[in-house]
Amino acid sequence: MSVAPQERGKGAPQERGKRAPQERGKVVPQGRTLLPVVVHAPRGVGHLRGDESFPDAARGALADTQLRRNLGHATATIRDKRAKVVGEVDDWEALRTAGKAIKDHTMARLPELLTQLEANVTAAGGVVHWARDATEANQIVTRLVAETGSREVVKVKSMATQEIALNEALADAGIEAFETDLAELIVQLGDDKPSHILVPAIHKNRAEIRELFARTLPGVDPELTDDPAALAGAARQHLRERFLTAKVGISGANFAVADTGTLSVVESEGNGRMCLTLPETLITVMGIEKLVPTWQDLEVFLQLLPRSSTGERMNPYTSLWTGVHEGDGPQSFHLVLLDNGRTAVLADEAGRETLNCIRCSACLNVCPVYERAGGHAYGSVYPGPIGAILSPQLTGIEDNASLPYASTLCGACYEVCPVKIDIPSILVHLRAEHVEAQRETRRVPTAEAISMAAASWTMADASRWEKAQTASRAGRLLGRRRDKDAGRIRSLPGPLAAWTAARDAPRPPAETFRQWWARDRGADT
Amino acid sequence: MAGRPRVALLVTCLADTLFPDVGKASVAVLERLGCEVVFPAAQTCCGQAHINTGYQRDALPLVRGFVETFEGFDAVVAPSGSCVGSVRHQHAIVARRFGDEALAQRAEGLAARTYELSEYLVDVLGVTDVGASYPHTVTYHPTCHSLRMLGVGDKPLALLRAVHGLQLVELPAAEECCGFGGTFAVKNADTSTAMLADKMSAVLTTGAEVCAASDSSCLMHIGGGLSRLKTGVRTVHLAEILASTDDVPAGVA
Repeated sequence: MSVAPQERGKGAPQERGKRAPQERGKVVPQGRTLLPVVVHAPRGVGHLRGDESFPDAARGALADTQLRRNLGHATATIRDKRAKVVGEVDDWEALRTAGKAIKDHTMARLPELLTQLEANVTAAGGVVHWARDATEANQIVTRLVAETGSREVVKVKSMATQEIALNEALADAGIEAFETDLAELIVQLGDDKPSHILVPAIHKNRAEIRELFARTLPGVDPELTDDPAALAGAARQHLRERFLTAKVGISGANFAVADTGTLSVVESEGNGRMCLTLPETLITVMGIEKLVPTWQDLEVFLQLLPRSSTGERMNPYTSLWTGVHEGDGPQSFHLVLLDNGRTAVLADEAGRETLNCIRCSACLNVCPVYERAGGHAYGSVYPGPIGAILSPQLTGIEDNASLPYASTLCGACYEVCPVKIDIPSILVHLRAEHVEAQRETRRVPTAEAISMAAASWTMADASRWEKAQTASRAGRLLGRRRDKDAGRIRSLPGPLAAWTAARDAPRPPAETFRQWWARDRGADT
Repeated sequence: MAGRPRVALLVTCLADTLFPDVGKASVAVLERLGCEVVFPAAQTCCGQAHINTGYQRDALPLVRGFVETFEGFDAVVAPSGSCVGSVRHQHAIVARRFGDEALAQRAEGLAARTYELSEYLVDVLGVTDVGASYPHTVTYHPTCHSLRMLGVGDKPLALLRAVHGLQLVELPAAEECCGFGGTFAVKNADTSTAMLADKMSAVLTTGAEVCAASDSSCLMHIGGGLSRLKTGVRTVHLAEILASTDDVPAGVA
């Protein structure tokens, strides 16, 4: 399964770790290439690719009635909470505009701002590591943990470490990682996969969680009920020991402030605060796009994120830390900056704003496709509308080719996005990229490409189009013998059979509009 | 507005071929309100299905054809939120993708004069009571592209509320997509059907006899489901309701 870095034409990370600082401070290091080479997240490592296409994976999820009920209930609840707290902010649209502007500006200056962040983190006593991809990031973190001599780590919920499959990499090195976020713990105990950015166990209801805890938590009260407070209490008891004994904490980051070198984690449960403050060593893995230029910029995002994400006015815990402080908190701090395909996203002008995402998951909660198919159908740790544009861009579109089509383009995601990412337009852009890539690589065009080209040729000329309309009226004959409802067709051949599996099709009328116009109004215009 | 407004009808390829009554109804409403309606016969398709399925290269001749056919008119009106959405938000993007900046600018100029029917009636003609009569119980599905791409808001509802005899019933979760999504309905038929089931269930809870919308494509989807299940609820385009009068009721014209 796994592809060693050497096979991908790269040196061992240990060598790169010794490189001079000035060589490391670039997203695409100088000397590596003169041309903008697109480097995607490597295959064989991480959780960005599924085993089956979206339509195939969705089929199973759609048939799972318990899952449908859990998702329907949970997304409706968060959706309503968000709408309520967003509705009470008078300048919400201005905040969204500001959020977009700050992120656009950040992406335009990303290399420079990252170098500034590195300098400020280093000056405050932290150590910055640059990881080109998941393999490198996993190797760096594994080495750092091994150097502490510890065999276990406590983790703050983090999308970046899920993306690179860090827990699996640590396990391979004999290091046990304990997820401390409640939902992430549920996923880990169940040997499951996260299905939501904010609520990774959204696909489970509390009865299922009670059963899981009763089965897997050591020393759990056999009388444990499915009361949320009781479930949280059981998890808290289990986790408390870990917090007090762990020597190493691993986190992601919601934000990094370039001009101060400050990192930030925003959370609800307080588990993050403990992981960030109790261990001796703290390792933070952060996607290179999680940057804001200045401290003041946090003001905008700390208003946008909680309301969009959990539907709260303010999240209970906002942790901010800058380097290390003697006698207070971790005495060793490492920041791993992860590319893993992000530079490729940055290079695409039409897809770039995908990197503006602050992982609030509002788009998942309003997406009618996500609500029905669930997060696992997307095959990536980034599900829903944002996942449908982010995952294919990180991996290269051929590895997630069905995701840009996993949307009706209804636009509900764009409407709620706190940084105004035009997800429908990027979906359409990625579909075009996919079709163009197929055009270049396939010797024989797909049936769809042939029919689209034929339709284009036909429709490029009104007289050809009219002849085709006349021919299509042969469809009036379809199914007529079997169906007394003369206005409807119950069964169509070929790919259109997928339509008539659940929907009647209209029978073509005796006369098209243009024929009526010509007959009724005489001359053509 | 000075003189008689001259309107070019973009009937849409779907209404032209499968739902000609929607085109006829659009003509009837506009003419009743004093417009001169022109049907440029060179029109075919706006290219939306190509664009939204990834075939922008194949859509380019259709974008060019649309611009050449319609750019001589002061106003273009279509009985479709999604076709107007494509004209307004996608045509210039397609032209620019293939380096045709001149076409992109022409497309942008034309897009600014292209209206979805309810927008034209309410915003340009300034009318909400179009003199229609439709003695039926109706629920309205606002359609995603009308709602979110064009931002037509409650214009269609304002038009429906002014229709004589019409009883409007609110559709629960109206703003949620019906699951059509163009080729999505075929490529992701299972998810599409699951969304359709919820939309149909919402329509049925209203007790309405008619589900109306401003897009023949969404109506073809919702109507195809309602008819398959023999629900006894029919789908009717907004234009047909607005065209309906006591003298010439809808479906009789």
